Amino acid sequence: MQQYIAKRIVESIVTVLIVSVVVFLFVRMSGDPRLLLLPPEASDEDWDAMGKLLGLEKPILLQYWNFLSGAIRGDMGRSIYWHEPALSVFASRFPNSLQLAVSSFGFSICIGLVVGILSAVKLGTWFDHFGKIFALLGQSLPTFWVGIMLVFMFSVRLDWLPTSGMGGPQHLVLPAFTLGWYFIAAQARLTRSSMLDVLDAEYIKLARIKGVPESLVILKHALKNALLPVFTMSALNFVTLLGGAVVTEVVFAWPGVGRLVVDSIFARDYPVVQVCVLIFSVLFVATNLMVDILYAYIDPRIRYQ
Amino acid sequence: MRNKDIGPAAPSREGRSGGLLPFLRRVPLFSGIILAVFVIVGILGPVMTPHNPIKSNIRKALVPPYWMKGGDSDYILGTDHLGRDMLSRIISGTRLSLIIGFVAVVLSGLVGTVVALTSGYYGGWTDRILMRLTDTVISMPFLVVALVFAAVLGPSVANLILILSIVGWAGYARVLRSEVLSIKEADYVKLAKVAGCSSATILRRHIFPNTVNTLIVLATLQLGVIIIAEASLSFLGLGIPPPQPAWGLMVAQGRLYITRAPWLCLFPGLAIMFIVLACNLLGDWLRVRLDPKFRQI
Repeated sequence: MQQYIAKRIVESIVTVLIVSVVVFLFVRMSGDPRLLLLPPEASDEDWDAMGKLLGLEKPILLQYWNFLSGAIRGDMGRSIYWHEPALSVFASRFPNSLQLAVSSFGFSICIGLVVGILSAVKLGTWFDHFGKIFALLGQSLPTFWVGIMLVFMFSVRLDWLPTSGMGGPQHLVLPAFTLGWYFIAAQARLTRSSMLDVLDAEYIKLARIKGVPESLVILKHALKNALLPVFTMSALNFVTLLGGAVVTEVVFAWPGVGRLVVDSIFARDYPVVQVCVLIFSVLFVATNLMVDILYAYIDPRIRYQ
Repeated sequence: MRNKDIGPAAPSREGRSGGLLPFLRRVPLFSGIILAVFVIVGILGPVMTPHNPIKSNIRKALVPPYWMKGGDSDYILGTDHLGRDMLSRIISGTRLSLIIGFVAVVLSGLVGTVVALTSGYYGGWTDRILMRLTDTVISMPFLVVALVFAAVLGPSVANLILILSIVGWAGYARVLRSEVLSIKEADYVKLAKVAGCSSATILRRHIFPNTVNTLIVLATLQLGVIIIAEASLSFLGLGIPPPQPAWGLMVAQGRLYITRAPWLCLFPGLAIMFIVLACNLLGDWLRVRLDPKFRQI
């Protein structure tokens, strides 16, 4: 067990290091950063001075080392557009993304669990079919289109909800649902199949034979055992929600990190892009690691070599 | 009462109960027909378009679909803000979407399979290095990385295929590797080794054929994912460059006219929905059919 955890930690660190190399190379690929930083009429001396300031004349490995050690200290360079440290630009937007992700996550967990459990319990009924179609649509519809259509329906036609921007809870409903539908679907499908597997188990039959009320069989005996895979997946889903809200944030003009990334890519503000990609990747790897470790503790049935 | 409750828990699962959806899952009729229609439309594209999909005609701008008030039977699905026929644009967009989708799925499937076979079969450091690379790609936010690549490489169809393949192979590598690991332990592989087969022969003749089922399922589901990813990139303005009629781009342009002309957004979105829905349904069907181990329905 300890050996397994140590192995997973080393693996995660290596993954994060490779991510940092890729993120470092993003900027190299996009050309000389001086082209963006300096006006076209800059003199050769300015050009060289800027190169020295940015450390561009040093060998590439040393540059990477400086980038990495800077990142560990929390120094990820300055935003070209905002004239602020890239990390603080990220930090100013992050709470907004978190708010959207949390509400979207709440949506997807609640609806997904209920639909999944009911579909499994009422296997083959109209509710099960409805749940399946709902899930299938959630996984087949492009997010940007769902967002626009919801705005058209509920904001333009019915005038119930605001079209975009941040504000009260009513501003959250449409973006949270748009972002969450895909995950509702994933959640519902996994809950359903997990419940079906558990409902087949001997101990459920035993509980029924013993005369335990059906609602208790489902909520206590079955659900408790069916939730483990659902929760592991939802932990990773949450991180994906945080980093994957790009399209939703653009459609609803939500001032989160996703929109910041798109704006920064268009503005060639690569330090900000680097920060965003690096932080989301690290979050993903860390969550994955924690889930694996938790799993090793919670579920003794799993044997690791 | 109790009997009735035990019923659903019995291993009846899919396919036995009646109803429309189980039927559609048993026979891939619905998904098969939709995909066939799209492929035919994609191949015949230029022959089928009633109007030139790129030529604008301002006097015919924002004509509604023919069943709506003010519609013109010449333009069945109406026209966009530049007077271009929506139906023609959707038809020629089909070809773009399908070409990008298919080529990217094949390329990423190829890379993913090769990585999975080498990694799973040889093990050791090869495995460790390849799996860390796979983890790296999986852990980075898919769309953001694709956007960065698109901004660096510049928007074009070839670049889009390249980008979607670069970010798409890791999923195959992950799943297929675990498949290879279990196949490797099978007796027929050990026998082949004893019989003196070379590693290449074992991989080609004994291991790869047993991963094909999973590969097909993954590729079918991936096609839907890639089509949505391409549409999203085009929607954000870093995919297919205008004036080419990409579905995502059409939605992005139509968004500005959503109050006056909702059909500009509606129809391209429906096209994406149908093709991805068909891929997902077919993928699910194949999964149940080809691999009883997958029961996540």
